[in-house]
Amino acid sequence: MNATVATTLDDRPEGSDGIEQMGHLVTGELDLSHGVALYLEDITVSFDGFKALNNLNLEINAGELRCIIGPNGAGKTTMMDVITGKTRPDSGKAFFGQTIDLTRLTEPEIAHVGIGRKFQKPTIFEQHTVFENLELAMKTDKRVWKSLMAWLTGDERDRIAETLKMIRLNGEADRPAGLLSHGQKQWLEIGMLLMQEPKLLLLDEPVAGMTDDETMRTAELFVSLAGKHSLVVVEHDMAFVEKLGGLVTVLHEGSVLAEGDLATVQNDQRVIEVYLGR
Amino acid sequence: MRKPLTVRILSALDSKQWLALGIFLALALVAVPVLHLAVPEESAFHVSTYMITLIGKIMCYALVAVAMDLIWGYGGILSLGHGLFFALGGYAFGMYLMRQIGRDGSYQSDLPDFMVFLDWKELPWFWIGSDQIGWSLFLVVAVPAVVAFVFGYFAFRSRIKGVYFSIITQALTYAAMLLFFRNETGFGGNNGFTDFKRILGFPITSSEMRLVLFGLTAVMLAATLVFSAWLVKSKFGRVLTAIRDAESRVMFIGYNPLWYKLTIWVISAVLCGIAGALYVPLVGIINPSEMSPANSIEIAIWVAVGGRGTLIGPIIGAFVVNLAKSWFTVSFPEYWLFFLGLLFIVVTLLLPQGLVGLWKKVMKKEGAAA
Repeated sequence: MNATVATTLDDRPEGSDGIEQMGHLVTGELDLSHGVALYLEDITVSFDGFKALNNLNLEINAGELRCIIGPNGAGKTTMMDVITGKTRPDSGKAFFGQTIDLTRLTEPEIAHVGIGRKFQKPTIFEQHTVFENLELAMKTDKRVWKSLMAWLTGDERDRIAETLKMIRLNGEADRPAGLLSHGQKQWLEIGMLLMQEPKLLLLDEPVAGMTDDETMRTAELFVSLAGKHSLVVVEHDMAFVEKLGGLVTVLHEGSVLAEGDLATVQNDQRVIEVYLGR
Repeated sequence: MRKPLTVRILSALDSKQWLALGIFLALALVAVPVLHLAVPEESAFHVSTYMITLIGKIMCYALVAVAMDLIWGYGGILSLGHGLFFALGGYAFGMYLMRQIGRDGSYQSDLPDFMVFLDWKELPWFWIGSDQIGWSLFLVVAVPAVVAFVFGYFAFRSRIKGVYFSIITQALTYAAMLLFFRNETGFGGNNGFTDFKRILGFPITSSEMRLVLFGLTAVMLAATLVFSAWLVKSKFGRVLTAIRDAESRVMFIGYNPLWYKLTIWVISAVLCGIAGALYVPLVGIINPSEMSPANSIEIAIWVAVGGRGTLIGPIIGAFVVNLAKSWFTVSFPEYWLFFLGLLFIVVTLLLPQGLVGLWKKVMKKEGAAA
């Protein structure tokens, strides 16, 4: 089941740019031809009557860097759960590109089509070394038999080394990941995300627990990734959001309250009420 | 660039470990037979039949312990029903041993004695082919594999984890025990299989046969150790320990834990089945008590005592606990279960890494002192 997904992305006929010619009925092929990377329409999720998401609509363009802010309980994490297949919506549509229906895929399948997720609390493999963490995340055939026979090629080692450098952990490659500082763990998880070569990155509070210096460097990294990847960043740190630039979406009680650049959103009366009014 | 598989398997152990394995095999395949056959019984160096059976039996247990460690220590899945797979392998080979009795049973019938006793006129369908060693050896592997696959598929697909999984496996082995206790099931009821006479026509109680079985068990244990070392050092092993530590993360980077868990679960069950098949001719009996919940719990204790997540730990644990058991059950039979319970509590509270962890700690301290 994963195989169809994994191969279609790589096995496009040579010479085609791989975008225009794809049939629209084929699921499993990422189609960004209309410039939309992620499309959520009227998504509703309720837990025991409580609506965590309430007719949520969201559109992320290919290569865009979008920040999502909102008070606690606004539905930010639930939204990520829906996109990554952890939670199924009660109603509504969730599409990745034009053709991939996210509500019908499992978590590993969604990872294979190119959506990577960073959790709020850094979840890395603490017993594994930093190098092994990146190795496990690397985009490759992830079926059992392939893992049994896997042996790193020189190219793959180079890719891991490159990522290690990007996340500034090249001195720590052989240390158990559990020994890293909190900020370093966050960076490692971002590195693991990059090893998956995702088209869309979902980042849930990526700079929580980082020093100001680390936060600013993370912002630089994200800005450099936009364009090649689409990024959705959930964050409370307004200095960080400002540094990222880009559009800001405010969630409140499971739906979109406001959208625009940071200054516009911050001056929106409803947003001020939600944040300060109670 | 890509190393051939044989080279990778060779590099699963370092040179010291290969040397230790070689010494172990030399002892089991050369020293023990010589000391048993050539040294007179009065000599202090004579290895008695009792010792061969005891050590052979414990090597079978050690094999089960390694299998348990693969699923528990590396996969993070505690099975409290591994006795079932051990017994299934034992029963599969026991059927062959029953057929080898031929007409030498008490009733001089072609049918095993218990079937004559039940007044059955012919073999049930599942006994067909049980007189063929090839088919029987196939069943030793296939029956535990199929049972483990079917059970594991549904359990892992439903994402049953932790203590719930442990309880279900415990219930599974208990249910199987009740089933095998029934005479109508066709496996000898509560007496099980015993009074074996031959394997491949050779008498089963001869010294030579005993040594062959002992040697086979030692070779199987060594092979399992090498195979397991390769397995846990492969990328498969790293994914497995990653699933143990952070399963949802593993899913979000694109692995499907179901197939990884299922693979190690089936491998573990098959190793138990093989251990059971080696155990039955060595001790000369198999009955449903092998499936009792207490037996399966004991397997977990061996692994915990020796040290989870190391391959040598479970072997040490199996030897230590079982040698203690054979001494206790002779000297103070009534206190054995108390001792076992105490051991489990002490290990859980004070030695979470088992004896291997204790050894490592001591070595580290000594290294620091020197």
